[in-house]
Amino acid sequence: MEHLQVLVVVIPLLAAPLCALLPGRRVPWLLATTVSWIVLWASALLALEVREAGVLTYELGGWAAPWGIEYRLDAASALVQLLIGVVAAVVLPFAGTSAALEIAPERQGGFYAALLLLVAGLLGITATGDAFNVFVFLEISSLSTYLLIALGRDRRALTASFRYLIMGTLGATFYLIGVGLLYAMTGTLNMADLAERLPAVADTRTVHTAVAFLVVGICLKIALFPLHLWLPNAYAYAPSAVGALIAATSTKVAVYLLIRIVYTVLGVDFAFGQLAMSSVLLALAVLGMLTASAVAVNQPDARRMLAYSSVAQVGYMVLGLSLASVAGLTAALLHLMNHALMKGALFLAMGCVAYRLGGTRVSDLAGLGRAMPWTMAAFVAGGLSLIGVPLTVGFVSKWYLVLAALEQGLWPLVIAVVASSLLAVAYVWRVVEIAYFRGPARDGVREAPWSLLLPTWVLVLANFWLGVDTRVTVGLATQAAQALIGAAP
Amino acid sequence: MSTATALQLCLLVPLLGAAGIVAARRRPNLRESITLLTAATLLGCVLAVLAGFLHGDVPTVLLAEPVPGLPISLRPEPLGVLFALLASGLWLVTSVYSIGYMRAKRESHQTRFYLCFAIALFGVMGVAFAANLLTLFVFYEVLTLSTYPLVAHAGTPEAVRGARTYLGILLATSIGLFLPAIIWTYSLAGTLEFTPGGVLEGRVGDAGAALLLGLFVLGIGKAAVMPVHRWLPAAMVAPTPVSALLHAVAVVKAGVFTITKVVIYIFGLDFLAGVPAERLLVYLAGFTVIAASVVALRQDNLKRLLAYSTVGQLSYVVIAAMVLTPLAEIGAALHMVAHGLAKITLFFTAGAIYVASGKTRVSELDGIGRRMPWTMAAFAVGALSMVGVPPTAGFVSKWYIIAGSFQNDLYFVLVVLTLSTGLNAAYFLPLIHRAFFRSETVAPKYDHGEAPWPMVAALVLTAALTVAFFVFNGPVVDLEKSIVGKS
Amino acid sequence: MTLTIGLYNYWMVITLMMIGLYTMISRGHLVKKLVGLNIFQAAVFLLYISMGFVRDAAPPILEPGVERYSNPLPSVLILTAIVVGVATTALGLALVLRIREAYGTVEEDELHRLDNEF
Repeated sequence: MEHLQVLVVVIPLLAAPLCALLPGRRVPWLLATTVSWIVLWASALLALEVREAGVLTYELGGWAAPWGIEYRLDAASALVQLLIGVVAAVVLPFAGTSAALEIAPERQGGFYAALLLLVAGLLGITATGDAFNVFVFLEISSLSTYLLIALGRDRRALTASFRYLIMGTLGATFYLIGVGLLYAMTGTLNMADLAERLPAVADTRTVHTAVAFLVVGICLKIALFPLHLWLPNAYAYAPSAVGALIAATSTKVAVYLLIRIVYTVLGVDFAFGQLAMSSVLLALAVLGMLTASAVAVNQPDARRMLAYSSVAQVGYMVLGLSLASVAGLTAALLHLMNHALMKGALFLAMGCVAYRLGGTRVSDLAGLGRAMPWTMAAFVAGGLSLIGVPLTVGFVSKWYLVLAALEQGLWPLVIAVVASSLLAVAYVWRVVEIAYFRGPARDGVREAPWSLLLPTWVLVLANFWLGVDTRVTVGLATQAAQALIGAAP
Repeated sequence: MSTATALQLCLLVPLLGAAGIVAARRRPNLRESITLLTAATLLGCVLAVLAGFLHGDVPTVLLAEPVPGLPISLRPEPLGVLFALLASGLWLVTSVYSIGYMRAKRESHQTRFYLCFAIALFGVMGVAFAANLLTLFVFYEVLTLSTYPLVAHAGTPEAVRGARTYLGILLATSIGLFLPAIIWTYSLAGTLEFTPGGVLEGRVGDAGAALLLGLFVLGIGKAAVMPVHRWLPAAMVAPTPVSALLHAVAVVKAGVFTITKVVIYIFGLDFLAGVPAERLLVYLAGFTVIAASVVALRQDNLKRLLAYSTVGQLSYVVIAAMVLTPLAEIGAALHMVAHGLAKITLFFTAGAIYVASGKTRVSELDGIGRRMPWTMAAFAVGALSMVGVPPTAGFVSKWYIIAGSFQNDLYFVLVVLTLSTGLNAAYFLPLIHRAFFRSETVAPKYDHGEAPWPMVAALVLTAALTVAFFVFNGPVVDLEKSIVGKS
Repeated sequence: MTLTIGLYNYWMVITLMMIGLYTMISRGHLVKKLVGLNIFQAAVFLLYISMGFVRDAAPPILEPGVERYSNPLPSVLILTAIVVGVATTALGLALVLRIREAYGTVEEDELHRLDNEF
């Protein structure tokens, strides 16, 4: 299927308005779930093709690059697309039940439409090879995210969404400025073409400014410390399924975008040699890892705690990519995938809790270990993965990260990674203690329905499976890293 | 059955037992029978591995490969086989004891108790038979996590707090120090396989080697070298069967076992002998021995006294491992067994006293020897073994450690051993004296005799084994000779 | 001379951007924040358009004899960005309405106070 590359974006895009028009609750959900599974299948096929071919290109409308918009899929993009496919395919079935409770009946169609738009936007960012096209899809996904977050039950979801809107649009506009300046200097928007033309003009102040705007804009989307202020509330107050989806995908796609800009467009020599981006990114990553983990320990709400944990984990990824080595980039990409699995499972487990309890305050979790055994077991499993216990995916990515840091002799980084893992033990174990060892079992609280437990446990089991059999994840990450660093023109 | 199959069964049997225990949770008698059957089967499998090993059959069984080039695999070797034998044999005995204890105290959450025990033994088997450091680390963590619910079993605020200290220290040391040490070793040597003669020769300088060794010794928190020893007294909030098997045998022995394996198979005796700063760790272990004994002197709570005694005794093994002479290494292995047998007897006794009379303090134990002669006789045997008096097991291992120190002219070790023997005598012998030769001063809650018979049977058996080891230690010594023969 | 007068468009863009950013940060009223965002975005649009200006150029429709065509691309990009900006503003205003319903106020300080009372 030669159009598969573009269909993977177009199908959810077209299905979205259809969802909005369909009546009731079941039908839009069925359509959205079917589309997400089609996307999963398509992204898996594409990933297999990329394994063989290396890079897949597709010209939109038949117009040749660099004048036309080109869709370009290499190992890194295929990896992230597969990730989005997996997460969407798991979260949408979950949403069927949780959204029935959390979203008003007249908004169900719109809800699923927005979910599909979000997925389409994220897929578009990964699929495209044109810098401005990225902006368009970035805004598509962001706008749907603002909308989805605002649908949360708590009224604080509204202020969270508004703050995210302001900061997110600021970030996207910075990105736009950066792209505009680069276009002014090189005359092209195609990322591969930019990579070729930039070295000639790289020493100008314009390009330096452009890079600054680009990186800051993307870092706002990544929620890199200290640009993370929008994230905790956004993740905490969004509807459960939305929280799980964005926690597992949005920041990951933004990290992918940063990798794409820094490694493909700017090139390793320019970015890390001339601009010395390493030190800045490293410092911010380490600060983020430590402070966010520390703040997470005292959060009264479990989802807010997980949100701060996400800020710390993003620090790990940025740490890996700022090492400018194949090992570091492999670790970053690996952690990108693994963290999506971990956080997805944790947020889904919290979604099960919210379904029964109406909220996720840590103090309300007392005694849930007995009342909701499967749900809390899923949380414990995800927590173990977050800590980095062996046989889970968390351990694998931490191993690679520490190895990459040691390769460059950067001892303080190892200490920072270890310290934030220990902090992770603190905030995960707080919940475990309260759920299992404090308070009597709650009567009146039943276990979550299997329609919610099944998707949760799929992700949990993936955590363990991919923690033992790492050929797929490590293989893709290594291939992607080698392609990104080796292929810099 | 082939040794390879037996190896895999050693891991599989406890897991199947765990599943069976959960399935039988509503039928206590069936559930307990499953535990006993599993323990007996496991012992059989370990014996099969031993038999195969003695015939020269040393297979490597690959389980998984999470990181390319770093397999999770099993391979029997003398130390590991010994450890597995000790743990599985004592699991059977402890299960009998636990049944008596849990039923007498009408404890709640019994299914969780037996389930976590089975999973912990799964972890122990993995640690014992690990072929490389990564495998050992994986099962080491399994052991930590599976014993947490056992420590917090009572569910009271003190139990939860104690369990938090337990988990906190063990995870902090393993993630903060042990894991970085493993990764550093991997980046230096390119492999984590346990190899006779070690893998670090020529790969790292003296300062680096000393630092790495320090990371290992402190990172392997289960060996309770000061200052990472606090988890042991904190874990005494656990029910006594837990303290007996896990904190006298399985968990702590996993710690010193790991240190010994790291010293022999990762560093290599000859390489370490050339690292002068290694002496510092000998001093640290020696300090632990003395300090722990001094603290034990001042304990009134019987279990805490035994806990601090354990801390000291574990550092005997660490010292013996670090003395780096063949005789001392054999002494380390022997002391693992000797201390295990004697300490489990002592803990069994403490539990029996608690169940029968409700007493937990040393000061309350006057005259209890009249009421519980079998129990206190076993206690006396265990205590004498701690001190190192013949005809108990403790004497044999101390002999080898002292001989090994002579080989290396490490007089510091001799001083430490002598001093600690005196201290051990100072807190154990008066206890025996007051139990038998004083009349009762603190009335028990109710008139009582011996504890329930399963408990007494168990502790008499382990006491007998302690004496038997004094006589029949030949085969064990021969088995362990091979670890130093090749290095 | 060329530094200030010749680059007057950039100076205007910078001024507008700063005004927009300052409004977003300093004003507590949510609608004013949105207006600030709009001004900021408008500045960016002006940046693109003014950069894309080609002197003495004909519209980009192929005609014989015409040498210099103006560049359609910046305008196209900005049209897209304007649409995005409109959608964002619409969404933002809808949010402000909902916030007004839920909280009774649209001043950021009040909102903070009400949120932290929870």
